[in-house]
Amino acid sequence: MNDASTALAREAVEHVYRTESRRVLATLIRLLGDFDQAEEALHDAFTAALQQWPASGIPANPRTWLVSAGRFKAIDQARRRALHEAGRDAIVDGLELRNTPPPDVDDESLDDDWLRLIFTCCHPALSDDARIALTLREVCDLTTEQVARAFLSTPPTIAQRIVRAKAKIRDAGIPYAIPTRADMPERLDGVLHVLYLVFNEGYAATSGDAVVRSDLTHEAIRLARLLRELLPGEGEVCGLLALMLLHDSRCKARTTPEGDLVLLADQDRRLWDHSAIEDGLELVRQALRAPRYGSYAVQAAIAALHAQAPTAEETDWAEIAGLYDVLLEIDASPVVELNRAVAVAMRDGAAAGLALVDAIVARGALEKYHLVHAARADLLARLGRRDGAVTAYERALSLVSQAPERRFIERRITELRESFG
Amino acid sequence: MKYLCLIYEDESFWARTPKPELDAIMDEYRAFGTTYIQSGHVLGGNALEPTTTATTVRVRNGKVSTTDGPFAETREQLGGYYMLEAKDLNEAIQIAARIPGAKTGSIEVRPIMHIPTSVLNEIPSSAVSA
Repeated sequence: MNDASTALAREAVEHVYRTESRRVLATLIRLLGDFDQAEEALHDAFTAALQQWPASGIPANPRTWLVSAGRFKAIDQARRRALHEAGRDAIVDGLELRNTPPPDVDDESLDDDWLRLIFTCCHPALSDDARIALTLREVCDLTTEQVARAFLSTPPTIAQRIVRAKAKIRDAGIPYAIPTRADMPERLDGVLHVLYLVFNEGYAATSGDAVVRSDLTHEAIRLARLLRELLPGEGEVCGLLALMLLHDSRCKARTTPEGDLVLLADQDRRLWDHSAIEDGLELVRQALRAPRYGSYAVQAAIAALHAQAPTAEETDWAEIAGLYDVLLEIDASPVVELNRAVAVAMRDGAAAGLALVDAIVARGALEKYHLVHAARADLLARLGRRDGAVTAYERALSLVSQAPERRFIERRITELRESFG
Repeated sequence: MKYLCLIYEDESFWARTPKPELDAIMDEYRAFGTTYIQSGHVLGGNALEPTTTATTVRVRNGKVSTTDGPFAETREQLGGYYMLEAKDLNEAIQIAARIPGAKTGSIEVRPIMHIPTSVLNEIPSSAVSA
């Protein structure tokens, strides 16, 4: 063993860690029945790999090697605990673990374990906040500090959220299982919802100084890709992946070098990532062909129309407004209505759009949503009603919490005021 | 695992709903009970008299205070419960979703806390039945 081979082995271990550690963890959780013990075992397994691989060479199947190493380390731990505490239960646990037949760890079962992990972390009995924190920590391997930074929280808050979520998994009997066929649609929606929230927080950060936090968008896209490999028949997985790729393709054009927001209509379309758009378009086609397509596929189809327009003027607003009608049928919400109103304004004129937006506001829906007031302001400005536009932008300004959006609205107010004189 | 399913409903529903409809709901409860007692999932359960019959007892500084009604004014009231035996939360949720009250009210599914030597189990059974 020389330094060069040691360095190579270390590199191999690091590569395996990046690509396999979450799947190995997923299997260890099933074998050991406990998140924390599994994490400890995972750590021990990689330490063993660092010690042994330089001499023994990289095993043919690193995943299964790591799973057995982790499992044996856990057995050792249980024995040591038993000796220290002289607790009979721990000895019995250790012996039982030792007597179980060699675990089933072929590649297919490892894939199943990965799905078990994600469905457990996204279980509907956990709150959205808990699901997001747990998924980013356990499935994506973000550190508690990274999760805290992403959600403008503190590491102790996130750590406590994860501890509580794990306690609920244990105490409420949330099983480490892939949902039954009957439950799959609802449960998959729950997982996709978490990915969507993570992506959205990355794509349109609700507060803070940056418009985009690309680490979160990339994690969401990576997970959606993995999910699609494992559940190829699910149209909504395809639809969500397409939606995220198409939105993310505009990432470079959405902000100025100073970090200011650029609206879709004003973006330099040469900056869009056209290979991501191609991938997205193909996925939209697949999603719409699937037996069960839903709201993500339709949203992706809308994003596809934007992505295909050579210029803002050439956007197919009639088709987009039509797709929003479909979306309203699948998944009615005031936000969808608002987006539809904007599309209708582009198709039939600002007055038609304004009537729809005013109807939404009159119902009291979205009263605290800054974008409803910004959309009203924009439509009023287009109709030449500048006083109304300024008032509406000011209302939007009082509700917005993200710095670039705030600056954008302030600029619009200044422009409108200047155009008075 | 054992789970207690607490059935919360707007209890005025029972007062304002015509009898034929209530009878239909009671039939649904009977069918639910029969199915899941036979399958071994339902260990027991009861409907409760309305909250107008409730009494709340608390002891503060050694002094017993008794007031009428439940503790809080809420839109839904505890109307009954089932004790379930289920292999995990997924199974408990599947069964809870079939409780007729889930369609009009909501079911809170709570795992029974596992206490190795339960203090409750140490109460002589004669004291409970007395």
